[in-house]
Amino acid sequence: MTALLELEDVEARYGPVHVLHGVSLAVDEGSVVAVLGPNGAGKTTTLRAVSGMVRRSGNIQFAGRALGRLGPDGVARLGIAHVPEGRGTFSELTVWENLRLGAYTRRGSIQPELERVFAYFPWLSERKRQQAGTLSGGEQQMLALARAFVHRPRLLLLDEPSLGLAPVLVAELFRIVRELNEKEGLTVLVVEQNAQLALQAAEAGYVLEAGRVALSGTSAELRADDSVRRSYLGY
Amino acid sequence: MRSRIPALVSIAVVAAVISSLPFVLSDYNVSLVTQVGIFFIAVLGLDILTGYTGQISIGHGAFMCIGGYTTAVMSRDHNTNLIVTMLMAFAICFVVGLLVGLPALRLSGAYLALVTFALAVSVPLLPLKWSSFLGGRNGVQTSQTVSNLWVYVVAWTASAILFVLAWLILRGRVGRAFRAVRDSEIAAVASGIELPVYKTLAFGISAAYAGVAGSLFVLANNGFAAPDEFAIFLSLQILIGAAVAGLGSLWGVLVGAAFVGLLPSVSSGVPVIGSAHGQDVVFGAAVILVMLVLPDGVAGLIARLRGMTRA
Amino acid sequence: MATAESSRLESLRNRGAALGGGGGTPIVIVILVGVAIFLLVGSLRSVTFAQLTVQGLALGAVYGSLALALVLVYRATRVVNFAQGELAMLTTYIAYQLIKWGLSYWEAFFATLAIALVLGIVLELALIRPVLHRSVIAAVIVTVGLFVLIDGVVNWIWGGDFKFMPSPFGTKIYHVGGVSIARLYVGMFVVVIISVLLVWALFRFTKLGLGMRAAALRPAEAAFVGVRVEWMLAIGWGLAALLGAVAGLMAEPSQFTLEPTLMQPILVYAFAAAVLGGLDSPAGAVIGGLLIGVSLNLVVQYGHIGPLKITSELQTPAAFAVIVAVLLFKPSGLFGHQEVRRV
Repeated sequence: MTALLELEDVEARYGPVHVLHGVSLAVDEGSVVAVLGPNGAGKTTTLRAVSGMVRRSGNIQFAGRALGRLGPDGVARLGIAHVPEGRGTFSELTVWENLRLGAYTRRGSIQPELERVFAYFPWLSERKRQQAGTLSGGEQQMLALARAFVHRPRLLLLDEPSLGLAPVLVAELFRIVRELNEKEGLTVLVVEQNAQLALQAAEAGYVLEAGRVALSGTSAELRADDSVRRSYLGY
Repeated sequence: MRSRIPALVSIAVVAAVISSLPFVLSDYNVSLVTQVGIFFIAVLGLDILTGYTGQISIGHGAFMCIGGYTTAVMSRDHNTNLIVTMLMAFAICFVVGLLVGLPALRLSGAYLALVTFALAVSVPLLPLKWSSFLGGRNGVQTSQTVSNLWVYVVAWTASAILFVLAWLILRGRVGRAFRAVRDSEIAAVASGIELPVYKTLAFGISAAYAGVAGSLFVLANNGFAAPDEFAIFLSLQILIGAAVAGLGSLWGVLVGAAFVGLLPSVSSGVPVIGSAHGQDVVFGAAVILVMLVLPDGVAGLIARLRGMTRA
Repeated sequence: MATAESSRLESLRNRGAALGGGGGTPIVIVILVGVAIFLLVGSLRSVTFAQLTVQGLALGAVYGSLALALVLVYRATRVVNFAQGELAMLTTYIAYQLIKWGLSYWEAFFATLAIALVLGIVLELALIRPVLHRSVIAAVIVTVGLFVLIDGVVNWIWGGDFKFMPSPFGTKIYHVGGVSIARLYVGMFVVVIISVLLVWALFRFTKLGLGMRAAALRPAEAAFVGVRVEWMLAIGWGLAALLGAVAGLMAEPSQFTLEPTLMQPILVYAFAAAVLGGLDSPAGAVIGGLLIGVSLNLVVQYGHIGPLKITSELQTPAAFAVIVAVLLFKPSGLFGHQEVRRV
């Protein structure tokens, strides 16, 4: 299996502040990969680098194609869906309009996509006309995920999906992510504070510290690793 | 107006040039340079407001109007010494500026632009309403007129005085407060600066400057003040002068003032462009170009050049 | 009779409330209903009142169209476009020229709308986008420069004298229950309202419109789903120019002659309407326009504040007074949400 997404020696900065100092990672097609690490390690920045939201140098290849200077909208059109921290839903618009925006880059009818989405999130079809901002936090996160999925991306970038969600909802969310991965072949790169959950859902992971990859391996390897256990798994 | 001692050399050069001009230029050209001096004061005032506290005003023509009418009316009715009327204009406009600045606190950006625009159009209409006192459409005439040279000398002397005053204000505590407000209102409040006080103060000071400019404007106009003299275009000229000038540079303000003061007359000499409307085209196009190419004004250009030579 | 007008007003308000996202509080709705009833009753009791109301609604529609243009631009780019009126005036002159070159009125009308659309897009891309990165104030200054530039260009090319442009509505006058309603006013109102509704439909029902709304609401999130945000803003300016063109073309028949200062007072009324309705509320702009149009007309006829009679010369300062009053006391206007103050 070739890597769908490859980062080689990527550096990124916000103005004068360098956050990534040479990150290299690879995400195989059809897999779920987690990015772990403490606050400020550069996890979110890594996703932003892929989306072209920060000034970056180094090589980023998606499906064999260099991303170059593409911005978020160009990246989206290539088939990468980014669910940012804070969900990125349009609170002022209805649920249906949010979903419709998810499929913005698709031409023609999106009925089949919508039906697929409603199969995974049945409650959404009842709330089509509801203003997205009036949904609960967990529901908004689900909406964000649904919107990303309507896009029919090849790669899903998930940024801190568990933030601010009750454990039950988080578990449900990851269950759906796994299901999307297994049934639809969706490749996922997920940034997560909750290492336990992330390593359960993922096949492989990277541990970032201070803008560099400190550790990498399969989930099993990471779970067995002492430092990971102590720092991120709590035992 | 940085807080370090301004280059005395450049000031001396400017002073020397200004002083010698009346001896070499024709009377007409002297009056043109007087216009530059008048705009120098007005642009300086607006620079203090916009540059240092980030509040936009498209209405400074209104303060010029008030200052101009102060001079005209006081001279007509009480034969007041003309210099004294200028001081009165300064004081009155300072107070009016404070009064405008207070409600302006609640507005920002585009909204403030709209309100000051409304001010600029409305204030010159007031003399039409109170025509018995303010002369209506026919305007007000001072009791005495002065020569071009007189206005020239007074205008540039006033410019020098007001420039030094601005420098003194801006290097002190007030200036630091102003700069803090511009850079980050939130940080300024956090460090205990009374935001409303300084923002209102900035309005008052800049209005006072415009008031003096208005007095001189009337005096340069044969002592004649009328509503048509203070139309909205005047406010636009001051704004554009400040945009061209940029922030914090004596040369910038000079260039900005020269730009708006001289452009109409200069472009009238060029064929085709010579008509009044051609001047508008040039003026409008020039403004847009300046904003596109030199967003930080002449001052920004100078700063960049300095940076380049240092490196 | 006037019933037709006020019921049209009400249906517009209903659609407007949906468009504005329900920003109108109940009190505002009550006030507006009260105003509609007042207009209805007045029209029934006095022929002059009814005629003034009809004329006011027609003029108000024009103000509303330009106000809507201002709001579109503001929502997209947070810029107050001081040149919106002059732009509308320019496109009206372009229509005039097209007619002189042989096109029929309506051919020129639609051609002008297309030209306006392109012009708006080009202006945003060429002049506003590069400057917007620095600050909004710089962009506002550019629009001020544009104001002066366009004024100069029009005077230069066509001269400042009065030009005659044929009116598409003729001089027919309808008589309904004793009230004379010029076909002109009906035509103005209908054309503007149709244009506004079409633009509204674009925003509400099409993918492009959704993209534009998303780009204006949350540009970063819109980019994530693949919306070309910069283009959306440019198209917003294009549509604004188009609405301005409609306003200019419909304003002209009411003045009967075309000259460069055509749109200047109308810009003031449009600003007042936009501010009154809320600078970020499209529905508010249209409703504000109608309100201003009707009230200015009625106040000139009936208005006395003590010994002070509001004559037609005071219309412009009165509009300014509205702007200032609204911004000081209720900055978000009748329907707006925008936070107007800093910090």
